[in-house]
Amino acid sequence: MTLANPSDFNGSLQPQGWLKYFSFSLDHKVIGLQYLVCGFIFYLIGGALAGVIRTELASPISDFVSRETYNEVLTLHGTVMIFLWIVPVVNGAFGNYLIPFYVGARDMAFPRLNAVAFWLIPPAGILLISSYFIAGAAAQSGWTAYPPLSLTTPAAGQVVWILSVLLLGGSSIFGGINFIATVLKLRRPGLKLMQLPMYCWAMLGTSILVVLSTPVLAGTLILLSFDIIAHTGFFNPALGGNVVVYQHLFWFYSHPAVYIMVLPAFGLVSEILPVHARKPLFGYTTMVYSIMAIVFLGLIVWAHHMFTSGTPPWMRLFFTIATSFIAVPTGIKFFNWLATLWGGKIALNSAMLFSCAFIVNFVFGGITGVALAQVPFDIHVHDTYFVVGHFHYIVYGGTVFVIFGSLYHWYPKFTGRMLNEDLGRLHFLLTFIGFNLCFAPQHWLGLNGMPRRVAEYDPAFTTLNQISSVGALLMAISTLPLLINVVLTAINGKVAGDNPWNALTPEWLTSSPPPVENWLGEAPLVTEPYGYGQKQEVTP
Amino acid sequence: MQIRTTLTVLTAATALVLTGLCVGNNINMLPIDASSNAATYDSLFKVLFSIGTMLFVGIVILLVYSLFKFRRRSGDLSDGLAIEGNLPLEIVWTAIPAVVVLFVGIYSYDIYERMGGMVALNDHSAMDHAAMAQPAMQASTSSRVWGGIGAAGMDAPSMGKVLPVEVTAMQFAFIFHYPDANITSGELHVPAGQSVELHMEAKDVIHAFWVPQFRLKQDIIPGQPTVLSFTATRAGSYPIVCAELCGPYHGGMRSNVVVHEPEAYSAWLQQNSPISTTTT
Ligand code: HEM
Ligand SMILES: [Cu+2]
Ligand SMILES: [Cu+2]
Repeated sequence: MTLANPSDFNGSLQPQGWLKYFSFSLDHKVIGLQYLVCGFIFYLIGGALAGVIRTELASPISDFVSRETYNEVLTLHGTVMIFLWIVPVVNGAFGNYLIPFYVGARDMAFPRLNAVAFWLIPPAGILLISSYFIAGAAAQSGWTAYPPLSLTTPAAGQVVWILSVLLLGGSSIFGGINFIATVLKLRRPGLKLMQLPMYCWAMLGTSILVVLSTPVLAGTLILLSFDIIAHTGFFNPALGGNVVVYQHLFWFYSHPAVYIMVLPAFGLVSEILPVHARKPLFGYTTMVYSIMAIVFLGLIVWAHHMFTSGTPPWMRLFFTIATSFIAVPTGIKFFNWLATLWGGKIALNSAMLFSCAFIVNFVFGGITGVALAQVPFDIHVHDTYFVVGHFHYIVYGGTVFVIFGSLYHWYPKFTGRMLNEDLGRLHFLLTFIGFNLCFAPQHWLGLNGMPRRVAEYDPAFTTLNQISSVGALLMAISTLPLLINVVLTAINGKVAGDNPWNALTPEWLTSSPPPVENWLGEAPLVTEPYGYGQKQEVTP
Repeated sequence: MQIRTTLTVLTAATALVLTGLCVGNNINMLPIDASSNAATYDSLFKVLFSIGTMLFVGIVILLVYSLFKFRRRSGDLSDGLAIEGNLPLEIVWTAIPAVVVLFVGIYSYDIYERMGGMVALNDHSAMDHAAMAQPAMQASTSSRVWGGIGAAGMDAPSMGKVLPVEVTAMQFAFIFHYPDANITSGELHVPAGQSVELHMEAKDVIHAFWVPQFRLKQDIIPGQPTVLSFTATRAGSYPIVCAELCGPYHGGMRSNVVVHEPEAYSAWLQQNSPISTTTT
């Protein structure tokens, strides 16, 4: 395999200092941080859109924005949060930063492809959001873009939406290919697969999902755009098209997409817990197998999103059973994490707080998920606020909490400085309370009869919606301590040293921040990334 | 020592199961039940809620306990115990979710069957199960009928005759047509205790017919007629909600289903029937 030499691009010809983050760098660490910062900006935008949604829903009538605008905001919010924040950050940002360290490489397998994958994101995001201004209307049919609705709403916005999602899908496929190649081919000689840190396995599994399922989404959206632009009839019932086929194809990607967001989060948590509990990761082998089981099962459960779409009974049953069984490998992982904590010396710092809250939130979301997998149960709550509550427990309570935890954990490596712990705990407290206040009542709303994606609702639901909106406000406020923390510590934070946590994974065995090619000399051979409590002569 | 641990674990497990059962059976988060289907649904909900509570409370207690019990004292720089695995333990906690999931799956299959979910929809003999005498019905005229919940559950206290209603969904209204009485209405009126069969079609985009009090929902899909059966059990007026994003006024796409006592229903039929059919 011929590899680009990163120093070609990162050498003297390239801008140095913070300017390098604004240029086409080939250094995986620079690209990782570019993903992170870019993703966070989109998180703020998506959050502002969520603010609009929750303000509208603070009262039962449609009074804050017009009904059309509400649907645009809803569509953009969902799309931005998934495709521009979570997926790029848990995969692109942490994957790029950490994977080369973990396999003992100096960069990713294809550094140029890697940079291209990142640089597709900002234009795609700007395109998506600008459709509101350029085309006169943004897409209005939800992030699922179900036809025939997506064929009847203003075409320009919908087409721009498709184009932008295609670009983001392309970016994600490039990234996926790169991760697979890096983990399988760039391992330092002597390093076995079963000695890799768990995040490598998680990224390997995730990338398999990305590579198998994203092209299906791309193909589907291209067909949809033909229907819009060229008036073909793939999904248009008026022309003999079939709208349920779209749903099958769409969910063939979009269910695995949940795991594309959540598996890397599992991986990151598996790195954080052992360090701050000072214990080996419990049950490494079963953890690896359960990742692969989740990958396999994740690919065969998509139709549980379609229990009310007129699916035949046998299909409903098959997908109920397949979906329920994902609970088994997932359950194994949770018990393993608990066992990792058991008997440890736990430091309850911000990274740990977010990780433990992740466990609580995700268990909750997982339990409502198993309930949703049961056809009779799902028939009542499908497309209601129960589902909105459920998936925010997964995507926010699962992945976003982990992103924050990871930030506290790896920020010293990124910058050489520590984040402030007091501000970190404040950030945690506000996020945790706000999050639960916002999304827990939504389960109740759904059970009682509030459908999702509505700008107006039965006044009987006002109180619970207002509680939810107050929670959203707290979540908005919770970003302030984080922002203040990052800005202040970047200027005069406590200097971290190379390995502030005394961790054993390889990224900590180099300087903070690391040099261009990761290590000044040979890459270290780390065969026991979780060897806590075994050999006590950890570097002084 | 061994015995003490076993006892503690047993007591904790029992307490957990009791808590779960207590919560699941006593906290009601659902609106009133108004169809034969709803009571069945609610029993599934209770079971899921109980099991969910046990698992959630159990895991959270375990987590919080570990965080307190094993927290690092300041100044302690040593590592925890180097335990990397324990096969019997891992087998146990693979088995527990597997058994729970299997139980839940089998139980919900049973519920699904009782709700009539397993009745093949284009199979007519089965569809008329609740109404043996009823000959060919509307559904047989459309070439292909998609999913939905099949003929009313076996235990439906049917009056022996299925009431067919044609439902048309469009942006942003439901229209109900009674083929037998030739009535067209913006509200659905049905008698309590009789099996109703909705034949649903969408004019433009996907809509969904949902009555929270019936615990029933079915997408109404353009180009693909669907059937939905239910038996209302409780007189009253309940909301019909569109549950699938169908455009700007999606949130306003609501109607009502009025469940009458049988006599009141006949009266409603009389009042609303076109003159030609009422005069003899
Ligand atoms: C950061 C992670 C988040 C992700 C990945 C996310 C994702 C999504 C998605 C995919 C949807 C569905 C959009 C649709 O139905 O088309 C959605 C809807 C929604 N989100 Fe978020 N969201 C996040 C954060 C938030 C936050 C912080 C809030 C509240 C402050 C929020 C409030 C809502 C609301 C109210 C809806 C509308 C639900 C509906 O009417 O269907 N979300 N979100
Ligand atoms: Cu509708
Ligand atoms: Cu609707």
